Amino acid sequence: MTVQRQQKPDMRVVGPLIFLAGLVVIASVTIVYSRELWQNTIADDAVLKTCGAFALFIAVGEIMRLTLPGGRESAPLASAGALAFALLPLWGGIDGTKGVPTPLVITVVTIGSLVGAFPRAIARRAIHVDELARRILVTLVASVLMHQVLIWAVPPTTTLQEQAGKVAVLAALVAALASVVDALLAAAIRSGNERVPMRTAVVDEARALIGIASAIAATGVLIALSYPRMHLWALPIFAIPLLLTQFSFRRYATIQATYLQTIRSLSKVTEVGGYTETGHSRRVADLAVTVGRELGLSQRDLDDLEYAALMHDIGQLSLSEPIPGGATTLVSQLDQRQIAEYGAEVIAQAGVLDKVAVIVERQSDPYRPRRGSVDPDLPLESRIIKVCNAYDDLAGTSLESDRQLQALERLALGTDREYDPVVVDMLAAIVMRDAVAV
Amino acid sequence: MRELPFGARLYVAAVVLAGAVLVAGDAYYLTTDPEHQGDWLTVLGLSFLVLVANLLLTPLRRAVVDAPVVSISIDVPVGIASVLLLGPVGAPLVMGASALMPSTTKLPLFKKLFNAAMLALAAWVAAWAYTWLGGETIVYGEPFDASKVIWQILVAALVMEAVNAVLMVTVIALTEHVSPLRVWFGTMAESALPLFIYSIFGLLIAVVWSFAGPISAVLVLAPLMVARWVFAQFAARQAAYEATMRSLIKAVETKDLYTRGHSERVSRASVLIGRASGMREDRVTTLRYAGTLHDVGKLGVPTRVLQKAGKLTDEEYQAIQQHPTRGREITRELEFLGEAIEGIHYHHERIDGRGYPMGLKGEEIPEFARIIAVADAFDSMTTTRSYRGARSIEDAVLELRRCKGSQFDPVMVEALIEAIEQHGWDVTDTLPEIIPAPVSESLPTFGSDDDDPTARDSLAELVAKSRDDGKPWAGE
Repeated sequence: MTVQRQQKPDMRVVGPLIFLAGLVVIASVTIVYSRELWQNTIADDAVLKTCGAFALFIAVGEIMRLTLPGGRESAPLASAGALAFALLPLWGGIDGTKGVPTPLVITVVTIGSLVGAFPRAIARRAIHVDELARRILVTLVASVLMHQVLIWAVPPTTTLQEQAGKVAVLAALVAALASVVDALLAAAIRSGNERVPMRTAVVDEARALIGIASAIAATGVLIALSYPRMHLWALPIFAIPLLLTQFSFRRYATIQATYLQTIRSLSKVTEVGGYTETGHSRRVADLAVTVGRELGLSQRDLDDLEYAALMHDIGQLSLSEPIPGGATTLVSQLDQRQIAEYGAEVIAQAGVLDKVAVIVERQSDPYRPRRGSVDPDLPLESRIIKVCNAYDDLAGTSLESDRQLQALERLALGTDREYDPVVVDMLAAIVMRDAVAV
Repeated sequence: MRELPFGARLYVAAVVLAGAVLVAGDAYYLTTDPEHQGDWLTVLGLSFLVLVANLLLTPLRRAVVDAPVVSISIDVPVGIASVLLLGPVGAPLVMGASALMPSTTKLPLFKKLFNAAMLALAAWVAAWAYTWLGGETIVYGEPFDASKVIWQILVAALVMEAVNAVLMVTVIALTEHVSPLRVWFGTMAESALPLFIYSIFGLLIAVVWSFAGPISAVLVLAPLMVARWVFAQFAARQAAYEATMRSLIKAVETKDLYTRGHSERVSRASVLIGRASGMREDRVTTLRYAGTLHDVGKLGVPTRVLQKAGKLTDEEYQAIQQHPTRGREITRELEFLGEAIEGIHYHHERIDGRGYPMGLKGEEIPEFARIIAVADAFDSMTTTRSYRGARSIEDAVLELRRCKGSQFDPVMVEALIEAIEQHGWDVTDTLPEIIPAPVSESLPTFGSDDDDPTARDSLAELVAKSRDDGKPWAGE
């Protein structure tokens, strides 16, 4: 949900992942086209039909993408189809192999995903190579594990029918494990791209994905287990519950986006009223979120931080005359407090933003109220807003490095009392980095 | 149960008794009959599932305060699955148990018992219907062809819903003294399509159960539960959204202490007008937003001007007149507001073209703006302002009638008057205590606000004059 500052993806994490997935694909395709596997299992009408159906399902799923609340993208149907294909327990190959050969799984999943991405490529919309790499690696894990499950649970003396209950439970476990691997990969990619500490990224991904991932895993297992009985009918039938889930996610994401949009718009009231400079709230919010993210705040905390930063000046409405330039940094401590308290009161009235209200209330509090002692209850979010607000008051929209440096210098001088040195250092690092990028 | 009428009490007792007898008989049969060996496990498995589903969703429901009830049913799929897996012996046990589980809504014991008995009876009848129509019961490990029993399942689902509905509608009719048919159409008519979908889910649980065992129920219900969970979050978010918007609006109103609650009331009155003139419900929702936000642009007016009690200078008038335009500036990017933005922009236009900011005339003024203008004037007349006390509703109605055709759209004026006669109007003049009531009526008729038509005549003239400067009068 937050505005992602445009940064080049950090290739340290994504690079190796894509490379690894690429190797897996090349190896798989080579094996599939090798004579042995092709002649023994694949050159059969029923097998080709099944492969085609799964590839098509994945392609369609890829087209019906979903943006999750919080801005993550997901293609639930495609992921479920890939998982199902990896988990198929029965396989009508000529040699009676149990489970689909892993190279074939990888090949079909790759073809399906690429075909599904084709319309996006034509429309010149972003194609998520990292997501494809993730899907290939997760499918690999699921397929390899499932083969072990089938070897262990269905020894040659028994049949799949006799062991169906056991296989079902184990398949569900494999799917769960695959989802965990997927979340970890996603966290690693995000941690690299957005400079989020890995621990925070794992928590965020777990929170964001647990809902949709469990629906995807359940659907994948269902399709795989039902395939021996329902054959290809299993695909459309079990897609229906997942589509319902997808629909509800879409509605949730919409209202979430509307909420942010509204708070952004209404945060402009102080600007229209002449209380603050144009774009001030928005700039403070963007800066605060970047600082907060790199200091390791979770997505939930970042959302609260963004709302608080957008509304941090709403308390100025209680003033009968605007402060010149709207710069709260330049008025007395007492006035600052009053503005903060009044703003918090307004926000608290909503009854649903209590944490935001606390952040706003304490935004003007000094980092060290008395010499040497730090206030332990002062929220990090408030400290971040205090620093970012001061920086924007001092430097404004100026891109001149002189003015930026002067502002940072003044903040650094204030770290003995007013500002949290850790936040100031992080802000300085970000400002310098952006300056170099420009 | 004491508060129920005698007839309803008797009825509830009878249903609970019938349910109890049925469940007891089932339990006995299930334990003694060798044919049903192992069915207890199925009963426990399905009941356990409902329990887990309820427990997982409980904290979420609590978070949803005033949100509209979002229901994705877990009971119906489980009910159908138990009919298919257990038949008349067993299905009532599952359904009865599911209603007695600790659940999200706090119900008195007799209501819980009634619900349990109702569901048990419904499942029993549905299971008999299914068997009677030739539907076969699914047994774990034996092949089962779902395509042969589709229509029997749908009939069973319908029967289950119908029995439920009849039992429920009767109790409502007995307690509320309304026509059963009306209750029926009000609550049950919408459930046809969901019922069909949920029956299919039930079928899927049962079919997968036949070859994969109990885990099928978890797998089939997982996406459904996730959907329900997300829907609940959606509702919570929506509630949060409206609460936040309201409190921000209050912040706007604190600039002008005399107009506390004004936006809320204008919004209410606008909705009354919209409904009375037969507006579609989605447009009424947008109209409600428009009413709430109509004065948001006052933030662009210096507080000093808004709170000034004495006569305003020309410059100060101009500052006030900019508020509709400022309001548009603030709300412009909110796509979901749609028509509301125009309503906010033009709510000070007059039918005769002497309003501001554009001087639009008659039908040129967007419908929302014509509605808000009437609601706005009505509220400002019936509440206390810095320059006069509140007027009675009768006076305000007279004044609206006097100004219709010149200032207001006659259709909207009549719609408001009609709606107020029908629904009444609650003037909660929430004047904060810190402000002394206006001292005398002899204060200058000019106030800090110009919503009030009685205070505005001279202002309108001022505007008209400033626009007509340099134009021949004949041009009007």
